[in-house]
This record gives sequence, structure tokens and C-alpha cells, in this order.
Amino acid sequence: MPTFNIVIIGAGPAGLSAAARAADRDRRAGRSTPSYLLLEGFNEHAKTIQRYQKGKHVMAEPGFLDLRSDFAFAAGTREKILGAWGEGLKRGGVNIRYGAEVKKVSGSKGAFAIQLTSGETFQAAHVILAIGLEGNPRKLGAQGEDHERVQYQLDDPKEFRDETILVVGAGDSAIENALALAEQNDTWILNRGKEFSRAKDANLNAVVAAITDPRRRLNCYYETSIKSVAPSTDPRAPTLTVVLQTASGEKTVQCHRIIARLGAIPPRKFVESIGIKFPNDRSDAIPELSRHYESNVPGVYVIGSLAGYPLIKQAMNQGYDVVEFIHGNDIKPADHPLLEYQFHGLPFERSADEMVERFQQLIPMFRELNSLAFRELIIESDMLASYSVGAEHADAEHKMAQLRKKLAGKDPQPRSTRIIREGESIYEPGEFGTSFFTIVNGEVMLETAAPQSIRTTLGRGEFFGEMSLLSGRPRLERAIAGAGCIVVETPRRTMLKLMNSNEEVRSGIDWIFVVRELQRHFAPFASLRELRAIAARVTLRQYKAGQVLFKEGEVGDSLFVLRSGGVTLSRVQSEGDKLVSQVRSGHLVGEMALMGDPVRRETATATVASDAIEIKRKEFLELTRRGDARLDPLQRSVSKSVVDNARMQVRPEAGSLMNFLMDEGLGEATDVLIIDDSLCVGCDNCEKACAETHGGVSRLDREAGATYANVHIPIACRHCEQPHCMKDCPPNAIRRSEDGEVYINDSCIGCGNCEANCPYDVIRMVYEAPKKPGLWSWLLFATGNGPGEQPDYQPTAKAKEKGKKAVKCDACVSVSGGPACVRACPTGAAIRIGPEQFIDLVEERKR
Amino acid sequence: MIHRSLLRYRGARYLWWALILIAGSSVLYATQNRDIQPPNGGTWQGYVLGTIGALLIVWLTLLAVRKRSYRSTNGSVQGWTSAHVYLGSALLIVATLHCGFQFGWNVHTLSYVLMCIVIFSGFFGLYSYINNPQLISSNREGGARSLLFAELFELDKQSRSLSQRCAPAVAIAVDSGIERTTLGGGVYAQLFSRDHSYFLRESSKGSALVRNVDQQALIDHVAERLPRAEKGTEAANLQQLIILLCRRQAVVRRLRRDIRLSGWLKIWLYFHVPMTVALLVALVLHIVVTFFYW
Repeated sequence: MPTFNIVIIGAGPAGLSAAARAADRDRRAGRSTPSYLLLEGFNEHAKTIQRYQKGKHVMAEPGFLDLRSDFAFAAGTREKILGAWGEGLKRGGVNIRYGAEVKKVSGSKGAFAIQLTSGETFQAAHVILAIGLEGNPRKLGAQGEDHERVQYQLDDPKEFRDETILVVGAGDSAIENALALAEQNDTWILNRGKEFSRAKDANLNAVVAAITDPRRRLNCYYETSIKSVAPSTDPRAPTLTVVLQTASGEKTVQCHRIIARLGAIPPRKFVESIGIKFPNDRSDAIPELSRHYESNVPGVYVIGSLAGYPLIKQAMNQGYDVVEFIHGNDIKPADHPLLEYQFHGLPFERSADEMVERFQQLIPMFRELNSLAFRELIIESDMLASYSVGAEHADAEHKMAQLRKKLAGKDPQPRSTRIIREGESIYEPGEFGTSFFTIVNGEVMLETAAPQSIRTTLGRGEFFGEMSLLSGRPRLERAIAGAGCIVVETPRRTMLKLMNSNEEVRSGIDWIFVVRELQRHFAPFASLRELRAIAARVTLRQYKAGQVLFKEGEVGDSLFVLRSGGVTLSRVQSEGDKLVSQVRSGHLVGEMALMGDPVRRETATATVASDAIEIKRKEFLELTRRGDARLDPLQRSVSKSVVDNARMQVRPEAGSLMNFLMDEGLGEATDVLIIDDSLCVGCDNCEKACAETHGGVSRLDREAGATYANVHIPIACRHCEQPHCMKDCPPNAIRRSEDGEVYINDSCIGCGNCEANCPYDVIRMVYEAPKKPGLWSWLLFATGNGPGEQPDYQPTAKAKEKGKKAVKCDACVSVSGGPACVRACPTGAAIRIGPEQFIDLVEERKR
Repeated sequence: MIHRSLLRYRGARYLWWALILIAGSSVLYATQNRDIQPPNGGTWQGYVLGTIGALLIVWLTLLAVRKRSYRSTNGSVQGWTSAHVYLGSALLIVATLHCGFQFGWNVHTLSYVLMCIVIFSGFFGLYSYINNPQLISSNREGGARSLLFAELFELDKQSRSLSQRCAPAVAIAVDSGIERTTLGGGVYAQLFSRDHSYFLRESSKGSALVRNVDQQALIDHVAERLPRAEKGTEAANLQQLIILLCRRQAVVRRLRRDIRLSGWLKIWLYFHVPMTVALLVALVLHIVVTFFYW
């Protein structure tokens, strides 16, 4: 049995880099036979990237991290990167075996036995798992599943023309492939179920529309699967004879090929069979690893996306590092300098590693976290340090300025300590920010806004900012830096990832959110300790869109604090349910039942996915019977709601209009363009203004969109509270400014995820528009097309090379003077409003 | 009010500016000494009024530029338009006071007349801007014109296929009636809802093109066949066909009305702007010529 020091499983970026490092070490040691072996189940290196679309642009994020590997890697096309690695394999004489799928790994450190599916076995002292998360595609599970015309991947849908193709599967990949193929082929989707329930909304709508449209070449067999595939015996018929199992029996069809997109078998079972433990049952769980990437099985190391690092550059760095670790060289990881920059401005003399360790100890909620995960957190966050005004502050700023000058060449600039002044506001009420703050040292004061300004002081180990993190609402209070405070500001994405993988963090944040909401609404002077007992007895509830919180007529014994999302209240009338009110996140729902009138007078329904805290009567009474309870404002707001709801009830047309706004999704909008159809003359100056202030491409479609009672909602971004487009943006190009505008910055790579995710169709993928002659030239000499987007403009060759990028309304965040559409409307038909003004819009419809 | 029309912009502040301007001009006009000469553009008050008028004309024309200066933070287009309407109306008074009612067959009166055409076409434009959008919106029942056309095409399809199941003469009449339905056309046809629809009527004497204004003749033709229907199924089909044709008639009426209202909403600008260009030319001549009579 061949014996090696290291066996690397998986020839993706991580595995390649590890093998290259091992190869280089062998060369330096003058070995004639390799001390390592790289095993790859596929017949080529980097299978996942081989499967990317032709010409796909591959990013080299994160930009500020240096590459440390014997193989080259830089942002570029898939072909260039694969070519560079192919070169590296040849030049380095890397010891790689293809077609070597590993079936089993057994043994212990120093003597592992790696068995392939072919039966061949190798022995190794150490094993590196670099197998990625893709797994092997699930096969048809029918006879003939390996026929060459049965594909599990579709690289280029345009490759086939006028064929009859069966697409098996009901997920996003199957739908996307089927829609693309249907352009030129007769395509049939085989769906095992009755619906396409797993697909993203955009895909579900698109596929159903295509299937029901008789002009499109796409049809669907529901409740159908493949029983067998055989080559056709008739030379004139298409290549394959397929027997289908349908709900009404068997059916035989002919086709030219089958594309099966049935998902991948995740590699978790294989990993667990080696003895590696996962912390929980979640599908996105990653194994626990030491600082050296060693798993709980000594001698087995895990790197790359399986270790929780899905980025290529990180994976390659890890490949390099892990081989060095195995050889006893305890090098500092490639991201070590990043930690040093973060700590540079702190008044401590300890090393970066020591400080990371100490910080983790100081924050109770993060103490049990995997040390690697905590380290990642620090690197992805901003470090804030306050100094008292004067010499200290000036010195610290000077020190950081020097560091920044040194780092000026790097693009983007890596994060470094942010120096702030003692007494400075970290954030103000009304600002749109979604980051989360943890205090490592010193104090931070939270000051609530009017009507009562109450100050709370938070110290080491405590955190704040969770309300905006969870709901997307603007900040409600002012956060003021105390003396000598050190605060970690973690962006939302990182925080959500952490909360999803770590129960302790999630429940810790949930808990403090509940306590602070109780404080805000009911007992502003109570301390957190006093509210602890009550907080433990309230319930956190989650509602899907359309789910009911409570029904009209029920006897109510609880109220709800809406944490995120939105709720509408409606009353039953003779003509059907009428909407009387909408409640946004951060507000109370159903409090009237606990204050005077126990019968629910409305039905409360969630308009979008919402979270709420349910507080029962007993806890409510405990809160409000305190000496410092603020009952007056509560009672006043209840009285006002009663009147408002009654007014809406007696004006059913106002309720219908509000219903219309909610149906159009304005329940989650923060800034929406509304056009009064009785004032609009159709001059399209708003669209022209939008195009002219945004590089010749309009982000607004005035004429499209729904209308009701003279209120027209054109197709333009509504800057949702929790933007759907942000969910899935790989380069994180979609941001929200402090004033709430959601915009797409220059790092867009044109992947189109945002366009597919947006339920309101406000995003387009377009090429850059060519430059036009100026306004005066057009006015006087009729050159060019005039203001506005030129329909069917021809992009320049350079623009075509850059590719299509996502564009949408950004509320003119970079235009001084604010939204151009509103300023350009001659008749005053176009206005932009926020949700607080919906009631005005709905009530004053006198026309 | 969350939406405000351009007349009520900022509490109609430009109305007040216009009224003050008119009052001031009237006072100035009144100070002219009638004993020396009748009021005219040549007195010092006349020159002042003339200068005000000329500057006003230039500023009013600049709306075309402001409207298209999309990055400008110089007020809003709605504010400028509101001012344009009120001060443009006041211009009528200012210019009349300036000329002191001294008219003749010369370039001066030409400028005045062109200015009046511009102003009155503007009044018409204002009227249609205030009046038409609501009418268009209710006529379209909140949708867009394309939705009405989609409905019409759907009705056309259904009518055609149903008429195929009736007697050949009916099928020919309906097919030709649909093909020869006219909507819109040239400027005159759009603005005055001219209807040049026809259909082909087959009779024992041969076929003839019959005028089908408002689709009524076609409906009547089909209705006439009903009491003469030979089979029960034919009668049922004809009944259904008549309903489809009546619905179609309603949609065509809406479309015709939409085209007409939208036309009037736009047409006035095709006068207002070219007349303004002519006015500017005449105005320059008027001012230059005055200097020869210094």
C-alpha cells in the first residue's frame, strides 16, 4: 500500500494550493518521490469552476486579503484561471490522480487508510479534506441514467437547437435551464410534484407563465418521474426512448436528450463517516476546527468551503497554511496583518493574537464561539476606539493616518482602527444603519429620543444596535462613546451568518431585544435586571405573509410588539373585509385588548414575513403597575387608534385604497414614488430626468405599474425596509445610505441575482449607454436624441465588454437636491412619500 | 393636500407676484402725462414697461431649458411652471400697458399679436392640463391605453372566430368590419375623432362597402339577420356575436375618446413653442427698430 505523509482529497483551489505547497517542500528537501498525493474524483481539476458558464467572471474577494500560495490567482474569466492552474500543475509536477473518488477514510493520526471506489487503498499520516460543498449531482435513479445523452449539467443552452429535450427537476436550476432551452427547443419539464414550491418567486412566476403560454415551447408533466431511458431503436426517431411514470400510469416518449437537475448529495455523510462532528443538524453547519484547521479527529484537516470559507482566495491561503502547519511550521495566517491593522489604534501593547483571545474572553456571548469564527468576525468588523479630546486623540489619529498612508496602495483599503472622540455620537436617531455593536472596553451611553430623553450606560461585554439589525428600521436612539471605549461594529451580513449558525448568539440577541423593547414601550426607567424575569416569560412568534395574529371577535389577552415586517388590521363589513390600519415594525398591535376593551375589534394579518413578541396580560400588568410606568402615552395612542380606525371604517374607499397600497407591497417600502393620475399629463419628464441624472439609463417606468382611484404606482424601487435585492449579492454591491436610500455601487458583477429576487421588477440588467450630444446642441441644432433614455441604444464595444450591470432607482443619493423625478414634474403629479404619509394620501382623496 | 396642482403651488404664491406686477404696471402706466402725448411705448414709463416685458418673455422662454436641466437645484420644475403660468398671464397686461393700445401694421404690433397667440395658446394648454388628465384616467378606468387595445384585440379574435360559425355573409361582414375599423389617423382625425370605418355588406345584388361610423351599422346588420335565422344554433351564435360587437363598440369608443383627449393635451404645445420662436424673432426686430427712432 503506497504510503504518504499527506493525502489531499479534492483538487479545488484549496486542494491545489495544498498540493503545490507540499510539492515545493519536497523540491527543497530534494526528495525524488512525492511525500503527498492529491486525489480528485473528477477527470479535471477544480470541478466546480470547470462547471461555471463559459466566460464567467470570477472574483478575487476579499480585495484586501493577500494571496499566499504557490499557485497564481487573480480576478478574471473562468478560462484564464483554470488555465493558470493547469499550468501550475504541469510546472510543479504535482502528484495528482484523477478519477480517484474516495469511498472511505479510516484509521488514526499517523496511519490513515484511504480507500477509493475502485478498491485501491493508500496510507497517510495526515489527511486534508478539501472536498468543497457541491457534492455529486443526484442521479435519475432509473435505468439508463448514465447514458451519454443524459446530462446533469447545462453549460450553454444555446448549444442545442430544435431538439426535444426533457428537463427533470423542479428547483431553480431546472427551471432556469428549461426556460433557456425553450427558446430554441421543444422542452418538457418533468416535475415529481404538483407545484414548483421550492423555486424562488421569480422563477416560479416565469415557469408557470411560460407553461401556460401556448406560444412558448415549454410544457410540463406534473407528478411524473422517469422510469427508464434507452437508446431508441428507430433510426429516424430522436435518440432516446423514455418511459415515464405519471399519475395515470406509464407513458413512453421520444426525446433527443435529458437534462437532470436534481440537486447535489451534500458531502456531510461522508465527512461524518470519518468521525468528524458537526455542532448541529442544520444543513449549513460547519465542523469544529482548531486554529490549525484540524478537526476533532487528530490528523484530519478541513479547509476551503467545507470549513466555512467559500471564497477562493481564502481557500488557497488555507491550503498553503495547513501544509505548513503539518510540517510543524506555526506560521501566522495570511490574514494576520489584517488583525494588526484593526488593533493598531488601540492603546495596548499586546500582540494581535493575544488581543483576539482576550477580547473573546471579555464578551460573554462570544466566549463559546469557535476561535476561528471569532477571528473572522473581528476581521470583518470595524474597530472603534475613543480618546478624550486633546493630545491623546490627536496622537491616535496621527498614528492611524500614518498607517493609512502605508496602506494607500491597496485597493480596497483594509480596515483599520477608527478613532473617535469621547462624547462623539456613534449613531444618531433616524439614521439607517443595520450594524451591531459590541463593547469590549469602557462605556457607551444610549440616549432615547423625544419625548423623554433617558440615558442608559452600557459597559464591557454588553451590546447595542440589535433593533435595527433585526428589523431594518432606522436607529431610535443616540449612541455616545464614553471615555476610553473600544467597540466592535459588525455588519449585518456577518451577524446574520453568526446568528444562524450559533444558538447562543441568536438567543442572546433575541433576549436583549425583548428586554429593550419592553423598556422602550412600557418601563423606560426600569433596569435590565428588573425586566429580566418578565422578559423570560414573553414569547417570540414568527408569522408567514398572510398569517393571522388574531381574529376580530375573539377575546384577547395579549398584545404584540412587532419586531420586523408589517401587519394590517381589518374589520368585517357587509361588503367584505375592509382595511382600517397598517402597523409597521417597532410598534404595538392589539394593545387595546389589554387596555379597556377585551374583545378584538379587528383581524390582524401579517403582510410580509414578520416577527412579533407576544406579551400576555399578566406580564403586561406587571410592567404597567410599576411606579414609573408610562401609561399616559400608551392610553393616548390607544384612543387615537380607536378614532383613526373608526374613521377608516366609515370611509371604505380610503380602506380600499390602503388595501391597494398594501397589495402593491408598499407595506415594506420606505420611500416610494406615487403619481396622481389626475394631474399627470404623460410628459415623461420624470423618466427623462431619471435617465439624464443616471448615465442615460432610466430607472423608472412611469406608464407601467398599477393604478387605483387615481393613485398610480410606477415601476421604481421602493427602498424596502429589508431589501430583497440585498439578500443575495455576491460582491455586496447593494448598500443602504444613512438616509435610507438603497443603491448599487460600482462593484456590481452583473450576476442578476437582485433582478430575480426583487418581487417588484424594479431592477434591470443593462449595458452602459453611449454618450450623447449636450442639451443646447439638441435644442439649437437637433443633434442626438434629446433628453431621456434612447430606446434601443447601441452600447459601445467597451460597454459590451464590461457586460450588463444591475440598475435601479437610488433615490438620487448622489444627486444634490434629491430625487430628480419629483423636481422635474411640471404639474406636481409626482411625489415621493414614506409610510407615515400613506394615511394622508388615502384620507385626502377628494378628487 | 399631499398632491397639489401647479396653480396652487405654495399657496398660489406666484398669483400674488403676478397681481403685484399688474398693480405696479398699472400705477406706472397711470403716471404718464396725457397732455404731452398719448400713452405709448416711447415714454420713459413705456420703456420701463417694455423692458420688463422683454425680460419676462426671455425668462418665460427659459422654462424650456430649466425643464431639461435635470441636475439643477434652482427651484423645481413645478415651481417654475407655476410662475410661468401666472407671470405669463400678467405679461398680457404688462405688454398691453406698454404699447398703450397704439396698434398699426408694423413689426411692433406683429410682436404683440404673436405674443397674444402664445399667451392664449398657453391658456388653452393650461385648461387641457387641468381638465384632461382626470377625464383620460376615468375613461381608461385606471389602466393604460395598451390595456384597452389588448381588450380590443381579444374581442376581435373572439368575434372573428364566432362569426366563422355563422352564415358566410355574417363572417364577411364581421371580418371586414374589424379590418376596416379605423382609430386615430392624422392630426385632424385624432383631434376630432374622425371615424372612417367601413364594412362589406353582401347582398343578392353583390357586395358594397358600407360606412360603419361608431360600429353601429355592423351591429345593426348582424341584428337584422337574427329574426331570419334558419337554425337554433345560428340564432344563439348571433346573439352572442351581437354582445361581443357591442362590447367592442364600447372599447372602440373609449379608445377614440382617449386618443382625442390625449391629442388635445399635446397639440397646443405644437403651437405654443413655434409661436414663441416667431415671437422672439419679432421681438428682436421690434427692439432693434426702436433704436432707429431714438
